[in-house]
Amino acid sequence: MHYIFEPGFFGSGPVHVALAVGAVIAITSAVVGVFTVIRGQSFAGHSLADIATTGGSGAFLVGVNQFWGFLAFGAGAAAFMEMIGVQRRRSRDVATGVVLGAALGLAALFLYLATQSTSTTGASFTILFGSIFVITTSTIPALIASAVLALATVLVLARVLLLSSLSSDIAAARGVPVRAVGAAFLMALAVSVALSAVIIGAVLSTALLIGPAATALRLARSPVKAVITAAGVGVLAIWLGVVLAYDSYYWPPAGRGWPVSFFVVTLIVVGYLLTFLRRRDRQPAPADTLDREHACSPA
Amino acid sequence: MSEDLLRLENVSVRLGGREILKDVSFGIRPGQFTGLIGPNGAGKTTLLRVILGLQPVTSGEVLLDGAPRPHRDSSIGYVPQKLTIEPDMPLRVRDVVSLGLDGQKFGIRLPSRARRERVSDMLTAVGAQGYADARVGELSGGEQQRVMIAHALISGPRLLLLDEPLANLDISSEQGIVSVLGRLARTEHVAVLLSAHDMNPLMPVMDRIVYVAAGRVAVGDTDEVVQPEVLSRLYGRHVDVIRVHGRILVVAAPEGVDAAEAAAEDAGVIR
Repeated sequence: MHYIFEPGFFGSGPVHVALAVGAVIAITSAVVGVFTVIRGQSFAGHSLADIATTGGSGAFLVGVNQFWGFLAFGAGAAAFMEMIGVQRRRSRDVATGVVLGAALGLAALFLYLATQSTSTTGASFTILFGSIFVITTSTIPALIASAVLALATVLVLARVLLLSSLSSDIAAARGVPVRAVGAAFLMALAVSVALSAVIIGAVLSTALLIGPAATALRLARSPVKAVITAAGVGVLAIWLGVVLAYDSYYWPPAGRGWPVSFFVVTLIVVGYLLTFLRRRDRQPAPADTLDREHACSPA
Repeated sequence: MSEDLLRLENVSVRLGGREILKDVSFGIRPGQFTGLIGPNGAGKTTLLRVILGLQPVTSGEVLLDGAPRPHRDSSIGYVPQKLTIEPDMPLRVRDVVSLGLDGQKFGIRLPSRARRERVSDMLTAVGAQGYADARVGELSGGEQQRVMIAHALISGPRLLLLDEPLANLDISSEQGIVSVLGRLARTEHVAVLLSAHDMNPLMPVMDRIVYVAAGRVAVGDTDEVVQPEVLSRLYGRHVDVIRVHGRILVVAAPEGVDAAEAAAEDAGVIR
């Protein structure tokens, strides 16, 4: 590990980009992820990731940066899911079997065709498992802008999303446009899946979305703390992952380097498992028996 | 009837060819505790959803202060039927109550001392101050009901609707909830409309009863409404009302038994 602080690490341009863009995307994914988990839409996130894979492969085939493919297909799928209501449990099984299978089948075809025609065998790996060290400089502004947009959407909707998760009937009765809010959130989810796909790959993007959120939800009691914890876990996983991946160029087989995605996902899983070591105490809540005397005296 | 806070005029709801509510009319006055009583599937939840504006009516009108119910109204608080809140939901009891103030608003809000105190006062009023910092998903059913009542009340509604808040509660939590609600109706002058399939726990606090069966209602004092003749007419079959040790049991005969005979008697309280 002594190689990490070799001058090369902090002097490397791709490393700077990886650390900076990675952090922004990790924060966005983690914050969107917290709301995804509490809304019970982890599955929707996974579906979007599968369909984004097709988009990324297609984009590569026609020579466009894969981010645009992830984004276009993810957003399109989100709109479609909103229209037919796939995010609701009832229609999930059918959608999984038919639509997602077809999407990954198409992805296989696109990647095959792309690698045949350009003989760049790294393409499949980049689409499926990410490329944080080879982020195209020209897409950085778009990545940052998309991240800020998704993050802002979720923060603006935060209270309404919490109220709807508590009870969509209460939210509707209080005048919240529940369906429109759901659609806006699904869009933010699609954008954040596309962003994660760029850095750790379409197949693994849900890990960056759900993992830090799941960890945070085991640790934090309040929404603000959950969001901050998730963001912290996400950034830490990306940064440590980048450091380890950079270091791994000196690991066997020498000179090859291990994929960043492997480290990031492993760190996220380890972080989640560590939360089980912590005993979560519930405050000993006085039962109704204790409260009844207070109940009779107004505030 | 001009003093009615809420008034339903000949409300009918038809869903998929089935008539869920037929020609329902009744009013609720400020501070009045009304029990919405009836068997499961009678239309109680639909009736509450109509009042909340969540269920459009096929015909009839819902009036608030004598005017058609506005689309968005903060004068009605709502406690839905048993919520399923996961234990990992990152909402403390005080967060849930705080969402009762402005959960429908967009944007971020900064914490303030005044809000914190208001939330604490509300929790004390419903007897939930002991678990203000617990996660709401980790509470028992009775504790969650108190929290949701605080959530519904903190914005200062004049009418509180509760959908089966006593379902699945043990007897002591049940009595706790009923006494909190009875006191709120008396001291804060909040009108309470509470649905339940068993009227007995509500006897100490209930001013009026709206009895729902087969989509129709009978309205009045408990003694007026809970009579074999009235309920038989409502159910469309023979109903016995059994009073035992101060408790009331309503027993409906199998469909078709004595329906015609029961319907022939008219106690004059069916609207």
